[in-house]
Amino acid sequence: MSPRTVLTVSRLLKPTWGGLMGNAMNVLRPATIYGQRNKSIYTPPPAKYGGRHTVTLIPGDGIGPELLNHVRELFRFCCVPVDFEIVKVDSTMTSEDDINNAITAIKRNGVALKGNIETNHNLPPSVKSRNNLLRTNLDLYANVMHCHTLPGVNTRHKGIDIIIIRENTEGEYSSLEHENVPGVVECLKIITRMKSLRIAEYAFKLARQKGRRRVTAVHKANIMKLGDGLFLQCCKEVAAGYPDIAFDSMIVDNTTMQLVSKPQQFDVMVMPNLYGNVVSNVCAGLVGGPGLVPGANYGTDYAVFETATRNTGKSIANKNIANPTATLLAGCLMLDHLKLHAYASMIRKAVHTTLSETRLHTADLGGQGTTLEVVQSIMREIESKGPLTVEPM
Amino acid sequence: MMAAALGRGLVTLVKGAGAPLWQPACARALSLTACRNVPEAPPARADSTFKVTMVPGDGVGPELMTAVKEVFKAGDVPVEFEEFHLSEVQNMASEAKLDDVLASMKNNRVALKGKIHTPMEFKGELASYEMRLRRKLDLFANVVHVKSLPGYSTRHNNLDLVIIREQTEGEYSSLEHESVTGVIECLKIITREKSRRIAKFAFDYATKNGRNKVTAVHKANIMKLGDGLFLQSCAEIAELYPKIKYENIIIDNCCMQLVQNPYQFDVLVMPNLYGNIIDNLAAGLVGGAGVVPGESYSAEYAVFETGARHPFAQAMGRNIANPTAMLLSAANMLRHLNLEFHSNMVSEAVKRVIKQGKVKTRDLGGYATTTDYVRAVVSNLRQRPTY
Repeated sequence: MSPRTVLTVSRLLKPTWGGLMGNAMNVLRPATIYGQRNKSIYTPPPAKYGGRHTVTLIPGDGIGPELLNHVRELFRFCCVPVDFEIVKVDSTMTSEDDINNAITAIKRNGVALKGNIETNHNLPPSVKSRNNLLRTNLDLYANVMHCHTLPGVNTRHKGIDIIIIRENTEGEYSSLEHENVPGVVECLKIITRMKSLRIAEYAFKLARQKGRRRVTAVHKANIMKLGDGLFLQCCKEVAAGYPDIAFDSMIVDNTTMQLVSKPQQFDVMVMPNLYGNVVSNVCAGLVGGPGLVPGANYGTDYAVFETATRNTGKSIANKNIANPTATLLAGCLMLDHLKLHAYASMIRKAVHTTLSETRLHTADLGGQGTTLEVVQSIMREIESKGPLTVEPM
Repeated sequence: MMAAALGRGLVTLVKGAGAPLWQPACARALSLTACRNVPEAPPARADSTFKVTMVPGDGVGPELMTAVKEVFKAGDVPVEFEEFHLSEVQNMASEAKLDDVLASMKNNRVALKGKIHTPMEFKGELASYEMRLRRKLDLFANVVHVKSLPGYSTRHNNLDLVIIREQTEGEYSSLEHESVTGVIECLKIITREKSRRIAKFAFDYATKNGRNKVTAVHKANIMKLGDGLFLQSCAEIAELYPKIKYENIIIDNCCMQLVQNPYQFDVLVMPNLYGNIIDNLAAGLVGGAGVVPGESYSAEYAVFETGARHPFAQAMGRNIANPTAMLLSAANMLRHLNLEFHSNMVSEAVKRVIKQGKVKTRDLGGYATTTDYVRAVVSNLRQRPTY
């Protein structure tokens, strides 16, 4: 190679142009939306324009579609500034297109209201639970459910007021199972320091925000000394930062016993995934069943609202007998999340009045009312309260 | 008020129909399509009146607002206006007035607005009041839905396209300076954040209104970095909407295509100045500034106005302005406020008047005055809306 060629090359590579190109590269940096491993780094702003929100609605299976239709109807009736984008997820399909579609829809709207999607156990094990996929993909780490005694509902225990916070993305729900030797299946329960700290922090923050006194961590660290031990350790660490809130821990088996014998002793509870599943069902049962309690899943960027116990209710679907309370209250939680507090409290009040004063109950509470009658009664209640005075922003 | 009373009527009806015999009927009344099946009663509402900020602006603005008020009054529309006169040419603009408008907007969140005329000469302030209002409220997205009106035929009929324009940055940055005597630099600003925001708005609009295609309009072949960034942001956002087709087109070609074959477009999204041009061009395709409604959005606020924003000062006081655009815009406003029944009532009445073609203002080739036109709309209101 002659010296001349070298010179040309170096000139070509050289400064002035290089600098300009460098700048250009900076501006047109390769797409940052989909970074590594196809995970979204960029969170688009929620779809809110002119004060109107767009919310993803996933009807789900069983009683989901009919109850969510009632929610839409009630929202329209109350002039709630929310539009729904309906995304159907077919639970019978093995492909993940539908659920991925739903996940992108939530990514662009920020908020979703959903019915439970049925998980068919007969499909091959590679088909994961759609509900779980949704939660893990959107990193909805905190499942929050507020169980309190509802006036007008006859239950064995009175005066219950418990907030249950459940880690939603790891633990037993890791979907990591394999058969290493024929006849031996290993199912991995994952507990990480990062996620345990995160959920504990969330629990304490919420407790302080709601003016609660005590947080109870539920675990099984006497058996799973390392896994649940780490969870407990993280809770303790976080608790040290909240001297105004008392912290104690309880083993899960004892917790369930205490819950059914003396549930009034609990205030805020925080726990890993599976225990959360069990405990939240116990608590829902204590205050009147799956048809009454709403639930919420929060992540850093997204929020999904559904009934607390996530039942599909296939047996009572399309019979007009399902209790719409839980779904309607989930809608209220969503309105609160969207900062439409006036609308939320208006609907919530009407739902409670219908439960306690009108005493119009569906079959699950021992009443004779149909779903439609309950919803109509709620509408009448809202109507009778006269115009809503929306507070200025 | 009336709506609330009628709403109560509906509920009593439902209450009375508790018997199992009536079950299907009331199930239908409660279904989402209630208003389609039962046009007699407006859908029940829990609200009474809505307050709306009104800025009539200059030129024929006040006359158009009078038209809207008359139609609303005749149709018993539960809307109350808070009027603010803000005008730069009539020396009625001041900081205090602007603050009043903003305060009112904070409460009402919705406004109906005419064009505030901006004088061309430079008086020390680069940003006009119109621009400042837009910036203070962060009204970043302007939507003009260009739709042919049946009954008034133009060169292109059955046209239906939506133009979405970014209107807080780009060429309208009000950043101009004379760096060397005789040399003016005028800065066009494109930011990633705002480009993504407008792109997302366009795709969200398409999703919500069941549209299939979004086309980004740009000039990235010349402004490789600025418009390039805009284009790139649009492409990124498009990935979140797999069901909506995404295309791009260069502005000059877009203009040519629009006058040759406008039917190929569905939703168009573009930076500020291109939007201004395309808005006017497209409005011209279906009948001009008098018939195309428009609206501007921020996250919190919505402002309803005409699609092509002109004060039309030469028509002031002559009673010849066409109120169609403003009336349709007001109907869109009612829909935004959840007053779907009233919205349909107003827009159907306007469309019926155009379709009948008996009362035409000058711009549509008739001799009717604004008053005649409004009277025709009002008399059509009395009929029940057809669904």
